[in-house]
Amino acid sequence: MENLLMKDGHHRLLAEFRYTPPKVERGYANQTLFVDVSNNTIAARPVDERTKRTFIGGRGFGLWLLWNAVKGTTRWNDPENEVILSSGPIGGTTVYPGAGKSIAVSLSPLTETVVDSNVGGYFGPLLKFAGWDAIELQGIAEEEVIVFIDGNQGLVQILTAPHESSDSYVLPGQIVDLFAQSPEERRAVSSVTSGPGAEHSLMGCLNVSFYDVRRQFVRLKQAGRGGIGTVFRHKKVKALVVKYVGVKGDSNVPADYADLASVGSKMHREICEQDPLMNDMRGGGTTMLTRIMNDFDLLPVHNYRFGSHPEAKNLYKSEFTPYFSLGIPDGCWYGCTLACARCVDRLTPRTGPYQGQVVHVDAPEYETVAAVGSNCGIFDPHAVLEANFYCDLYGIDTISYGTALAFAMECYETGILNPERAGGLDLRFGNAAAMLELLHQMASGTGFGPTFGLGVRRMKRIFAEKYGADPRFLLDIGMECKGLEYSEYVSKESIAQQAGYGLANKGPQHDEAWLIFMDAVSKQIPTFEDKAEALHYFPMFRTWFGLNGLCKLPWNDVEPADNKKVHSPRVAARVPEHVGNYIRLFKAVTGRQDVNEPEDLVRMSEPAYNFQRLFNLKMGYGTREHDAIPYRSMGPVTVEEYESRAERYDSQLREVDIDPQGKSTLEKVALLRAHREKRYQLLVDAVYRRRGWTADGIPTLETVRRLEIDYPDVLDLLKQHNVQ
Amino acid sequence: MKVLVFAPELCDAQLGCEETCSLTWFKEANHDKSAIRILEAEGRTGKYTANVCTQCGQCIDVCPTLAIQRDKRGVVRINKDLCVGCLSCVGFCPYGAMRMHPDYTVPFKCVACGSCAKSCPTGALAVLDLPDAPLTATEKRLLGGV
Ligand code: SF4
Ligand code: SF4
Ligand code: SF4
Repeated sequence: MENLLMKDGHHRLLAEFRYTPPKVERGYANQTLFVDVSNNTIAARPVDERTKRTFIGGRGFGLWLLWNAVKGTTRWNDPENEVILSSGPIGGTTVYPGAGKSIAVSLSPLTETVVDSNVGGYFGPLLKFAGWDAIELQGIAEEEVIVFIDGNQGLVQILTAPHESSDSYVLPGQIVDLFAQSPEERRAVSSVTSGPGAEHSLMGCLNVSFYDVRRQFVRLKQAGRGGIGTVFRHKKVKALVVKYVGVKGDSNVPADYADLASVGSKMHREICEQDPLMNDMRGGGTTMLTRIMNDFDLLPVHNYRFGSHPEAKNLYKSEFTPYFSLGIPDGCWYGCTLACARCVDRLTPRTGPYQGQVVHVDAPEYETVAAVGSNCGIFDPHAVLEANFYCDLYGIDTISYGTALAFAMECYETGILNPERAGGLDLRFGNAAAMLELLHQMASGTGFGPTFGLGVRRMKRIFAEKYGADPRFLLDIGMECKGLEYSEYVSKESIAQQAGYGLANKGPQHDEAWLIFMDAVSKQIPTFEDKAEALHYFPMFRTWFGLNGLCKLPWNDVEPADNKKVHSPRVAARVPEHVGNYIRLFKAVTGRQDVNEPEDLVRMSEPAYNFQRLFNLKMGYGTREHDAIPYRSMGPVTVEEYESRAERYDSQLREVDIDPQGKSTLEKVALLRAHREKRYQLLVDAVYRRRGWTADGIPTLETVRRLEIDYPDVLDLLKQHNVQ
Repeated sequence: MKVLVFAPELCDAQLGCEETCSLTWFKEANHDKSAIRILEAEGRTGKYTANVCTQCGQCIDVCPTLAIQRDKRGVVRINKDLCVGCLSCVGFCPYGAMRMHPDYTVPFKCVACGSCAKSCPTGALAVLDLPDAPLTATEKRLLGGV
């Protein structure tokens, strides 16, 4: 391999490390790879039993490694900050759907504390089979580099990469050409890349690749949240590459292959039979959600002011499926028969560097459709696909992009921004051309791009300081918490979801808790205690996927035929049979015999979850004040919003014995607000109690001891915060 | 295309075919390792059906690695080197004729080799040349159609 790359004269070898690839045992390679691109050091670090017990893998390993690498004073752009990727013990399993995820962890430029983001593609599984449970990437290189891991030869190299593109449309293909020595080897190569948009903004994403043997090009999945791509490009790393030839059904060396195969093939059968009757993920991925959200008034429209729009039907699944090429097993890892990773084989962009050319795009998720579409008042599927294309190529998170743009558009329509302040753009809601132009400005660092790319939290500060905007109004309408932009659900009518967003460790992403239906539609969790219990169970349960290298979708985006018949709605929401599958899966892979009940999975997640909360504390956050959410996520900020659903809000006032009769809308907005804000605080109290935290939201000494995360530096941290 | 076909009226359920199949392909007499399974017809004592691959080709479209392809005889076959053992094909075969056994990570199915037909004393099994199944999406794509 080294000869091939050296021969072309473009790739100088900066460092090389040889190792004997260990045999994976029961889901673990039992070592992690440390690479420092500042001083070109490469090292293997053993994984001990306590780390496996406490942190399991994936996100847990990322948190633990990063905690040990950074101080409370470390900033995202310091060399000590790392980009860590890890799959988890179940990751790399091929017989069970959705078992190939990687979790990226880093200090986020947006939130200034730890962030995690999960992603498909082949990187994490191949990394493990190459002999590494995780990779820690530290330092800042002097010149552009590629880090290459050859898992068959046992070789890690740092190579200069002056000529490769940094554009994630071109680069991953160039990587495959460079490192695959035969057509058969193409699918054995996976890369992590970002792009120029990540270099010029704080909302950069990582693209993780896999080679599509049918379409014969490289596909991408994104670790979008929290600006990890920005950190990656700041390190001057063009690509992380892993190559491993020889994936088999038992590469993960499970303790009990027979049970694994039995539970896996049962699940494939269920998807075969049930998916067409349920969500048809195989037919259109998550795009089916747009309609459901619009029907239930939950689809963000015009910066979350409204939950539906008459034109939303232009963004329904039916408008996207004609673009998709179907009939292909589109899993983002082998064996994912839910196959939501659809692809648009042919799109002709109307703007930007690829204008007029035929390109392919990894099909949008619901989140992208709602973010750059309805939330910005853009109801044009072609524009959404084009934005998706350029976001991936430039390495920009579609969710932060859309939510930040919706905010900027509202600022524009309320006169805080104007064309002069916005890089010459007419940022009215619905202006698709401006939406795309801003992306190009971001990638080139021109016009409004640099200011906008700082994200909602920093824009609020700038607009107040520079343009004299009312900071309270900005606080109300800027949809961020902890510095991260909201994902795409209107949470106004579900207090449980408001807290699901507000209390999420990394910021308002719905992967911790999605409780809107349960709470607001089917009213299964009426009391504060019920809601607090749900806000304990679901975040812990969902964390479990991220510790193990699993995708959440096959848990509840398909259900056994009898799920709703044999269980009460509240129990059915947990999909007990699938929880049972996961217990079997975990035992079959790791051989651990002490995991038998659903509660055991929740208990397994608690240490990592609480550790992440403490990590926030270490970085200067992680207390109650940082769980505050913008009022736009709780209720109507403006008169217009109130009046659009006046009947609903009036009746809610009546329920709490306030007579709306004769009151002005402004008065009613204020009364409703006082009521809702109070309830939010009451719920936060209840959740903190349930999780074993102090009233300020810090895990108590007892909690930390119970979870065996009472490391000396954790105890010091608690002492500093007077938690005795 | 070559397909193994079954004449139910001739079957007396000695299950020699199952044994022959597993001996041919796995060198061991083990019904769980046979690609053909003789089952009692539902609700009809003394009547039998055979569960065996029809060579319909639907599994070709399910395999993520293109390990499943049709050979020159029109028989759907698994290339073991390409297979990653995901068992998607097992879950998605409309006839439940793609099988797995925990001793192996690669699934198996009838390849119309005809060993069982030769061993069947009553002549209930035969390999016939039937009209080709319609091309699958994958085959069309590989031919450059889509
Ligand atoms: S459901 Fe979709 S995202 Fe999840 S593993 Fe399968 S293909 Fe990937
Ligand atoms: S194994 Fe099943 S899907 Fe595949 S060709 Fe045979 S009958 Fe058809
Ligand atoms: S088990 Fe093998 S042959 Fe079957 S779908 Fe998976 S990779 Fe293809």
